[in-house]
Amino acid sequence: MNLVVCLKRVPDTITKIKIGPGAKGIDPQGVEFVVNPYDELAIEAALRLKEKAGSGEVVGVTLDPEGSDVAMRKALAIGIDRGVIIKGGTNFDSYPVAEVLAGVLKTMKFDILFFGKNAVDDDAYQVPTMVAHLLALPRVTTCVALEVEGGRAKCRRQIEGGEESVDVPLPCVISVQKGINGIHDRRYPSVKGIMAAKTKPVQTVAAPAFEPRLELLKMELPPERPPGRIVGRGVEAVPELVRLLKEEAKVL
Amino acid sequence: MNILVFAEVRDGKLKKSSLETLSEARRAAGKLGGQAAAVLVGEGVRAHAEALGKHGAVRVFVVDQPRLKYYAPEAYARAVAEAYQKHGSGAVFMAATAMGRDLAAGVAALLGTSAATDCTGVLADGGRLSVRRPVYAGKAYTTVGFRKSPAIVSLRPNVFAAEESGGTSAAEDLAVTFEEADFRSAVRDVAATAQGKVELTEAAVIVSGGRGLRGPENFHVRDELAAALGAAVGASRAVVDSGWRPHSEQVGQTGKTVAPNLYIALGISGAIQHLAGMRTSKVIVAINKDPDAPIFKAATYGIVGDVFEIVPALTQHLKKVLAT
Repeated sequence: MNLVVCLKRVPDTITKIKIGPGAKGIDPQGVEFVVNPYDELAIEAALRLKEKAGSGEVVGVTLDPEGSDVAMRKALAIGIDRGVIIKGGTNFDSYPVAEVLAGVLKTMKFDILFFGKNAVDDDAYQVPTMVAHLLALPRVTTCVALEVEGGRAKCRRQIEGGEESVDVPLPCVISVQKGINGIHDRRYPSVKGIMAAKTKPVQTVAAPAFEPRLELLKMELPPERPPGRIVGRGVEAVPELVRLLKEEAKVL
Repeated sequence: MNILVFAEVRDGKLKKSSLETLSEARRAAGKLGGQAAAVLVGEGVRAHAEALGKHGAVRVFVVDQPRLKYYAPEAYARAVAEAYQKHGSGAVFMAATAMGRDLAAGVAALLGTSAATDCTGVLADGGRLSVRRPVYAGKAYTTVGFRKSPAIVSLRPNVFAAEESGGTSAAEDLAVTFEEADFRSAVRDVAATAQGKVELTEAAVIVSGGRGLRGPENFHVRDELAAALGAAVGASRAVVDSGWRPHSEQVGQTGKTVAPNLYIALGISGAIQHLAGMRTSKVIVAINKDPDAPIFKAATYGIVGDVFEIVPALTQHLKKVLAT
């Protein structure tokens, strides 16, 4: 099976976010950048599909305004076969990102194009659908189950309190949710994998110019919650808590 | 500016989050010199036009065809885009539900623009529409403007007030001709999962359990409190990764982001990723035996002590108080 996984370099979820000068982005000082966690799950799903099929390759594609290879090297260490870094483009503006990605992806042949369901920086949930639209491919987003059989992908996608069944022909676009096919984490790189990652082929191409659709006017920290209080200790504090919830907070 | 609102019907019911979105669209359109309209897509959805009229839609477009019974991403996007062309709005709004998140991307793709997802504020400063939305799982917020029309916006459920505005509106059938390709990603079937009687992202009250409950066999303590409150149940990443609870219950940066009126955290320490998923809850209660647990800094009210003593007592006390 020939599979492509789009991956994004994002701040580790453990990061305490600080706003950068100009208040239009974060302060990257001290931030550790990793592969977007949902993209890692997509990599794992793709590797398992390739192993099950017995042949094929898993190619990583990333759009990085700075052309960084940090995320791609981590993906190669996990086990993808080769990578394409598109240098340029933008962030926090999904349509131009999708256009740039589609421009490169349309030159590639694949059975399935994987994405994580969203990136944990922008939380936009749009690029997979937009790329599918631009490539005129079927799409299944927030996928929790995927079975490939007879040139088709039988999927289930997550909705509130349930799942929808979808059945699409290959090639298709899938965006993965945590837990897809029982996958909650990706495999950890072996020493051999980490060494091999240094020499696996990575191609860098330049992104064409793009037209922004959104304007990021300001980024700021959330308002501080007013300070709370410990109402008491142990069972004795229960009646007072309930009284406060009823009379002060008025949430009962 | 006129605003068109996609109204979602699930299991024959109009979603409350769609009424919240329509109400906010009406308020925003008013500040921008326009009005709100709505579009219904599905099979047998025409009757919901009345509720939409009451909540401020001056026109309600209806695309009602048997093939639209279940969600079909390309077809629904096409239907909304055609309603938008017909209505001449400057913006398209929808609730950021599972369908809405997917559909906003599809509509935006068709119209060649980007959407602003899961917004928590709608602004009309200086006669221009902008929105406020969480990023980095709510660790930061951005204010976003639109360089291209229409602005496509999805609103976070349970943030905006649904409000009847005393209007009425008749359904206007909108004939849309679909191609086969519009159904290539269509949903075939929907199945409810065993859990999830009250959906986390739409719940007014949530009771969540973490490692402090010590094992999967103890989660009935959480569930009994939740039952007394009519609450949805959540869990921390630690207990999901340990296999004690399913991922559908996980609250946090790689789980669900929730904004209930009341969030009760039992035996949860309050890691950054968990807080990211629930810190906009209106009232947070924390029960934990460690007085230094970070959750107490975020909580409105806290009780320090043993969850196994405190929670059953709390459940009993609440049952008494709520019965009166």
